[in-house]
Amino acid sequence: MTATLIWILVALVVIGVYLSWTAGRLDRLHVRMDAARAALDAQLLRRASVAQELATSGVLDPAASIVLYEAAHAARQAEEEQREVAESELSQALRAVFEDPAQVEAVREAPGGEEAARELAEAVRRVPMARRFHNDAVGAARRLREHRKVRWFRLAGHAPFPLAFEMDDESPAALVERVA
Amino acid sequence: MRIGIVCPYSWDVPGGVQFHIRDLAEYFIRLGHEVSVLAPADDDTPLPPYVVSAGRAVPVPYNGSVARLNFGFLSAARVRRWLHDGAFDVVHIHEPTSPSLGLLTCWAASGPIVATFHTSNPRSRAMIAAYAILQAALEKISARIAVSEYARRTLVEHLGGDAVVIPNGVDVDFFAEAEPKPEWRGGTLGFIGRIDEPRKGLPVLMRALPKILAARPETRLLVAGRGDEEAAVEDLPAELRSRVEFLGMVSDQDKARLLRSVDVYVAPNTGGESFGIILVEAMSAGAPVLASDLDAFVQVLDQGKAGEVFANEDADALADAALRLLGDPERRAELREAGSTHVRRFDWSTVGADILSVYETVTAGAAAVGADERTTGLRARFGLARD
Repeated sequence: MTATLIWILVALVVIGVYLSWTAGRLDRLHVRMDAARAALDAQLLRRASVAQELATSGVLDPAASIVLYEAAHAARQAEEEQREVAESELSQALRAVFEDPAQVEAVREAPGGEEAARELAEAVRRVPMARRFHNDAVGAARRLREHRKVRWFRLAGHAPFPLAFEMDDESPAALVERVA
Repeated sequence: MRIGIVCPYSWDVPGGVQFHIRDLAEYFIRLGHEVSVLAPADDDTPLPPYVVSAGRAVPVPYNGSVARLNFGFLSAARVRRWLHDGAFDVVHIHEPTSPSLGLLTCWAASGPIVATFHTSNPRSRAMIAAYAILQAALEKISARIAVSEYARRTLVEHLGGDAVVIPNGVDVDFFAEAEPKPEWRGGTLGFIGRIDEPRKGLPVLMRALPKILAARPETRLLVAGRGDEEAAVEDLPAELRSRVEFLGMVSDQDKARLLRSVDVYVAPNTGGESFGIILVEAMSAGAPVLASDLDAFVQVLDQGKAGEVFANEDADALADAALRLLGDPERRAELREAGSTHVRRFDWSTVGADILSVYETVTAGAAAVGADERTTGLRARFGLARD
């Protein structure tokens, strides 16, 4: 009788330790996801700012300036639900404006243009990176959260279900090539 | 930035991953970053000032061969001390799935961790058995880097998640500016790699050699690398053996000069390659490359635009392609040209900047690296540890 009780107690403690460990794992994944999201935000904002600076600098022709300014402004002001669309549109605008290597060349030749072109190239290179790291973290968190033990014991608490950030982040080839 | 790099393989044994880490560390140090490399090494090996020894690696049978690994209390303690003393902004682990320092660091660290996956081995049985433990450790990695699209694909299939592709780096100018050696010129084929490792493909080249020599008897094959030279030419007819010259282990300088001198560099590898750094080095030196059509090689050669490929393990196809190249100086010049432009993207200036971008992306909005008390302390098990 006592032996059975002890065994049940041991089993309960083992299960408890395992669940506490899983909760720790989940917590760590959430922390990582938040950091990745902050990094993605920072890179997107940086890209939009540099694009907007370029659009208002007078280096580009008026039509390109307006297209780029519109897209950059929309990306910065977008509500959370429209963010993915707005950022994708900024990617498309950047590709349209910098499709021609001659345009990149023209920006570089303007005073201070070298610096601006480098910053923009860096920003468009880092957005896809940050997005991939973010979605990787989201995927890992989702896999764990969909597990039975996490759902049954509500280990995730009230944390919202992680969502991937989907957008068109292809960079303008002419801009990135020059850096490479 | 304070950067900690973890090397899973012995520093005293030369290898692709070790060289990659050495070059990466030196590139960052030149840029003014603080770098510390944790690597297994014998206590009496002379180490560069930026390398910290994690103790001697123990040879154990693992995954079909004898691997030299670090594990156990002592190694774990050294990892924790290194993490604690280093106070790094970011830790970069190489080959995190090998049961060695990489995995130990993953287990012991918290904060921004970047990991590079070099090999693209199919999942081993041990990895399946330890999947849950492995997954818990790998979940801590904030950014994964794969060295090729091919390596990324295997990584995604086996472990899930995603990775960015950043190729291995090469000091392109070092190879491009090497002085060719006159005695290695004139109708020469080059091969660099371990002679007695069949996956490096020397046997395939040896089978192709009689056909090449029948059509162009003045051709010579220069082989650089260690291994049993007698055994390598065993299957070759005795009168042809003099056309093969063994150079033994060569220095980096001689390797560059060899690549500068040969008419065609042959890479007949039969498998187990996830990148193919030697092809990049050959192209940097302006050597026309002829390689087997492994996924990784085809990609490094820009889908065959920067070098020629032949059907893997097909000695006849190798011989035909080699003869075609040896007899066509114009095509060789074309390949030299295409190769030299293509390799610029593998230069350390590009690759290093990309890796630094990854560091900056993961450190933005994250605390520094520390020892993770929550997973390892006994108190943590019972929820008593403070965050």
